[in-house]
Order: sequence, then structure tokens, then C-alpha cells
Amino acid sequence: MTKRLLTAALLLSVSALPAFAAKTSLVVGMPIEPPGLDPTIAAPVAIREVTWANLYEGLVRIDRAGKVQPLLAKSWEVAPDGLTYTFRLQEGVKFHDGSAFDSADVKFAFDRARDPKSTNAQKQIFAPIASIETPDPATVVIKLKETSGNFLYYLGWGDAVIVAPETAASNAANPVGTGPFKFKSWTRGDRVELAKNPDYWQKDKVKLESVTFRFISDAQAQVAALKAGDVDAFPNLGAPELFAEFQKDARFKAVAGNTEGETVAGLNSAKKPFDDVRVRRALMHAVDRKALIEGAYSGFGQPIGSFFSPNNPAFVDTTNVIPYDVEKAKALLKEAGYGNGLSITIKSPQMAYASRSAELLSAMMAEVGVDLKIIPTEFPAKWIEEVFKNKDYDVTIVSHTEPLDIDIFARDSYYFNYKNEKFKALVAEAAKTTDEKARFAKYAEAQRILAEDVPALFLFQLPKLGVWNAKVQGLWENSPIPSNDVTEVSWSE
Amino acid sequence: MTKRPRIPLNSALVIGGILTALLIVTALVSLVWTPEVPTRVRVAMRLKGPGEVGILGTDHFGRDVASLLMVGAWNSLAIAWPAVLLGAAIGTAIGCAAAAWKGLADEIAMRVSDVVFAFPAVLSAIMIGALLGSGPLAAILAIAVFNIPVFARVTRGVALQVWTLDYIAAARAIGKHPLRITWEDVLPNIAGALIVQVTIQLALAILTEAGLSYLGLGVRPPNPSWGRMLSDAQTYLSQAPHLAIAPGIAIALSVLGLNLLGDGLRDALDPTLKGRGATA
Repeated sequence: MTKRLLTAALLLSVSALPAFAAKTSLVVGMPIEPPGLDPTIAAPVAIREVTWANLYEGLVRIDRAGKVQPLLAKSWEVAPDGLTYTFRLQEGVKFHDGSAFDSADVKFAFDRARDPKSTNAQKQIFAPIASIETPDPATVVIKLKETSGNFLYYLGWGDAVIVAPETAASNAANPVGTGPFKFKSWTRGDRVELAKNPDYWQKDKVKLESVTFRFISDAQAQVAALKAGDVDAFPNLGAPELFAEFQKDARFKAVAGNTEGETVAGLNSAKKPFDDVRVRRALMHAVDRKALIEGAYSGFGQPIGSFFSPNNPAFVDTTNVIPYDVEKAKALLKEAGYGNGLSITIKSPQMAYASRSAELLSAMMAEVGVDLKIIPTEFPAKWIEEVFKNKDYDVTIVSHTEPLDIDIFARDSYYFNYKNEKFKALVAEAAKTTDEKARFAKYAEAQRILAEDVPALFLFQLPKLGVWNAKVQGLWENSPIPSNDVTEVSWSE
Repeated sequence: MTKRPRIPLNSALVIGGILTALLIVTALVSLVWTPEVPTRVRVAMRLKGPGEVGILGTDHFGRDVASLLMVGAWNSLAIAWPAVLLGAAIGTAIGCAAAAWKGLADEIAMRVSDVVFAFPAVLSAIMIGALLGSGPLAAILAIAVFNIPVFARVTRGVALQVWTLDYIAAARAIGKHPLRITWEDVLPNIAGALIVQVTIQLALAILTEAGLSYLGLGVRPPNPSWGRMLSDAQTYLSQAPHLAIAPGIAIALSVLGLNLLGDGLRDALDPTLKGRGATA
């Protein structure tokens, strides 16, 4: 009898406890495994998606709205001539190995990145730097050779995070930064595990005890992992057609945001017939962007008319500059001497968005008398060799995922073979302009030039289709910078 | 005196023949007529079910699935046939030569065959694709290469038996050249076995072509192919299962048909099988 009572009491006391304590671990799914974990020595986006803001921090950071915010630098002053930046650093910050962070680390990290032998993927960030001085441990003075309008913004990128001289060389396999999470383990081909940094300088902000990044490339396996609860969040789901079912499911939050990826069909402007702007415009007129997005990405993704991300505050909508107009396309082709048809090829990589877009483009081109043959290619190796390096192509299609990369159309040796001195000068000027309004106006002008000149068919902004457990809070809806920042992520009860 | 035996009908032969005929007729009709232009994209009508738009519905681009299947049948045969015939021609020549000359030539031919046989068609297609660029030609060559050792072995096996027959020995004794013996006496005797093998290899070739197109190594888009239809359908499985079922059934029926036909022909043509009314 007493035994039974005891059992009852025990049962009662158990049921009186809250049903669930808030979880403190998070499993984030990613489609691609990073080749290493040091964002300062290589380009792949996957590196940033694990490490940026989680393991490493920069002097400043980009927030979820794409704006620059203080991080390791608590404040800064820019001299009136725009050439001297004085950063005041946070004090009491420690690297994961226990060593203190100070101005010498900043100097080391930037000197390492801009060294001629460095493999940093965005050396243009550091190109304007003339010298770096460290008058005291909490102050860094950076002098520039020329003004750089985007300097602070660039310092928020993964390529400009601060690493320590003692550990920099081994960061790719054993990352050491100042971030809210410490590296725990990496099972190649499967997962990277991070644990909360108990000495983090803003530790009150951090709710999670552990974060695991799991790498699942197959879209259907991604969905299965989410549904089974093996993965709590997939910030970038592989297949848009599988996204819709999550939108209807109350257990999940499904958010379609923007990435920095402009999907464009590059035209080889040095080659006939693409050297004729009328042909390029005709091809652009032939594209029904809405239908393309519907067919290639189940309707997710914003149409673009130029090469600028809608996430960026300087974005202007240029989709109406050369709208979908079959008759105009035919007329322009006739004017250019291709009234009887034109036969061209498109080199299409294997990614679903690219190969589907290529098929749709081929069908749309057929409507205006252009025979667009599809040649499948393999990204990255084969595509880099054939298209990017040898420029052996007519039309190609790929998404450019770096933020603020309109200057690729100003680069002489870039694969578009596009040459426009006016555009080149404008972009160079914009980069040097420190006044935000004036800089944005120049970028707007640059966007319009591209929209009219069509060095590539501007199609759509690659969407960020994020799916996560409805109880997970604080994940980013857009990615103004490639990242999976989990600093402020938490579980609701 | 028994009656001259006709090819005896059996159920495998009949069903296989009907399925195969259906495949060939569908492929031929697609050359002149399809319900819709198969490559026509109609995004507004995407992912419609069977009966809603067209008898088999539409795919993720709003293309008509029935039309895609029909042209896919042609594309499938257009790769499978030349590939198997090419493989059969080369393989048979090697097998005949091995049987005719035996000795070192035979040994070399068979060992080389073993090596080639060790490469699956998909692997050779990737290698050939890397050399020539992937596409229908690479697929044909890959499947042909894979077929050469198959035919070389089959031919050698049956040809060796024929070479032991008395009248061949007589022909050799009067100094008939081995090439003439092969052409005039051996080949007609092994033709039945070869025809059976061709049908079976055709089934395999259709399956391999679908596999290669599934991997993006076969027929180039937007030209329809069953394999690519399957691979495209994969992620739409929960929304539009008909996109996977239709090409799946088409592949299954074609392979089944050719296999049954092969079995049926073997049973009908092979005089050593009992109860088939062959002359003794």
C-alpha cells in the first residue's frame, strides 16, 4: 500500500515538472562541407557558413540587415580625409586558447592577409592599406593609400576576421578565434561540432551550449533529416520544390529570404554575335523572368535586372529596363542581321537551378528564333577551366554569391569579356567614395549601365530557403553575407 | 519424315514480342506525331496530374509527359540499337577469330575481353565522356564497349562447338580458308544464339542508357530521355508522383519485353532444349 502511494506521489511530482526544459543544443544542416575552417585563406562559402561570427570575429560585423556593427572594435574614428581609421578595441577579450586579444593580433591578421603569398580570397579588402600602427594594445590605426568607401563593410567579412599569430597556421583544421563558440571536433564527411565558449566576452548573449553543423548534400535526405528531427535547422534547403510542404507544416518555420547570389547567364561579349549589344538586348527581351523563376525555383527568388543584391541598401530595381518582350527581341535580332535565326550554345553546370534555368532559357530562346543548345558541364572544376579561365563559351549560367561584387564586370580578365571604360571608372570611383549617399548614387548608375548593356542575362536572386523547427528563434532570414550566425539563437519552451 | 519445324510459339515469345513491338511502334510514331511539342515549356501548367492536362499530365516545366515519353522511347532506342549492334559486330568478329585460330590469339582476345568486361558501362561512359565530352555519342560508345566482350565470349563458345562438327573438319581437310569457313558455315549456325543475345543486350542497353541519362551522361537536355525524366522527378516525388511512375513503367516494360523476347527466342531456337519438336 505504502509502495503504491509512493509510486503515485512520485508520478505526481514528475508530472508537476515542466514538460520540457528549453533545449540548449542545435543541429544545423548544410548542403556542402567546408574544405577547411579558416575563412582567411580560401574562398568557399561553406567555410564562412560554419565559422563566421561563431568561431571567429572581425573588428566589425555585418548584421542581419546587412549593416556594419561594432564587434572587436567598440568604436572607430575616420579622419576627415578618409585615409586614417582609428579603432578602439574591446578589452578583456580572449582567444579560445586563453591568450589575450589586442592590437598586435589585428596587425598580424591583416598583414598576414595582405601578404603577397597569402591566399586570402578577397585581397581587394586590404589593397588600400598603406600601414597598420598599434600605439597601444587597445588601439589600431590603419592608414590607407586611397579612400575606400566600403572599407568598414569589408572588414565585416569572413576574410577579415582576427586570428592569433600562435594559432593562425593551424586554423584550417583546428580553428581558434574569439567567437562565442569553440571548436570541438570535426568528423570529415559528416559534422563539425562546436561548444559554448565559457570565456566569451559577451557571454550573456549566448544561449546555446553546443552547435553541430551536419553536411547533407542530397535534397531528399535534407528533408528526411528535418522531419526526423535529426537536424533542427536547414538555413539553405537544396530543393525549392520540397520547401512548400514545410510552409504548410506548423512544426516548422519556413522562410524564403534573399542570398547574395545573383543568378546570371553570362554572355561572351568578345565573341560574335554577343559583341553586338542589339543581340544581347534581344536575348534579354526573350527572357520571361517570372516564368523562369517559377519553373527553375518553384517561384522563389526575386527577379533582377542588373548585378546587385536586393539585400544591399544601394540596390535599385532595373527589371523594367529590358522587360520580357518577344516582338522586340525578334525585331532587334532582325536589325542585327539574325532575322533568319541564330544558333548558340549554353554551358550549363550540374546545379539544379542552373540546369533547369538553361532548359527554360533554351525554350524561351526558341520562341524568338534562337537555337540555344545546352552543353552540360561540371562545376566547379570543369566550368572554371573551360569558362572562367579559357573563356571558351557562348552563354553560361551560374550564381555569383559574393556580396557587393558588381566590380567583376569592371575586371578586364573576367570571363564575361565585357569592356566598358565608363562603367569601369564609375565602379572604381564608387569604391573610393566615402560619403554613403554619393556612393549609393554611383552604384545605382552602375546598375543601370549593366541593365542596358546586358553583358549577362540578369535572371534572379538566388533565394535562401530556410527551414527550421518552429521553436528555434534567432536564425537569419536573409543572408546579406554568407553565414550561419547562431550567436543569439535560442529555443523557446 | 517430320514436318519442317516452324518457330514454336511460347508465351514469353508472344508477350515479349508484343511489348517490344509496342516500344518500337511508339518510338517510330514519335518521329511524326506527338500529342504536344515535347520541348514546349508551359510554366503556367506545371505539375498537372494525369488527365488534368494531357493523358499523363505535365512535368515541372509544364511539358507534356506523354509526348516526352514517346520521344524518350525513340531516344532510348536510338542509343541502345547502334550501341548493341556496334558491340555485337566487333565482339562477334573477335569471338569468331578466337574460335577459328585458337592458341595464342584466342588467349589474348579472351584476356583482353576480361579486362574490358571489368569496367561497368557507367564507368566507361564517364571516361569516354571526359575524352569526347558527354553526350549521346559517348553513351553509344560506352555501351558498345561494354558489349564487345559479351559477344566475344558468347560467339567463341558456340563457334568452338561448331568447329568440332564433322563437315567443318571435312571443309578444313579440303583446304577451305578459315575465314570462308567462318562466314559460310560457322556464322549461319550461331546466328540464333547471337539474335537471342542481341535482344537481351538491348534490354540491358536501354537500362544503361537510362542510368547514364539519369547521371547526366546520356541524351542532352532538352531532348527528352527516360533516365533524365526519372532524375528530374526525384525531388517532386511527394507533389507529382506520376513524373517518376510514368518513365519508371516505360523502362520496366521495355526491359521486360526485350528480356521475354530473348528468353522466348532462345527456347524456340535452341534445338537442344527438350520437347521443342526439333528434328533429331
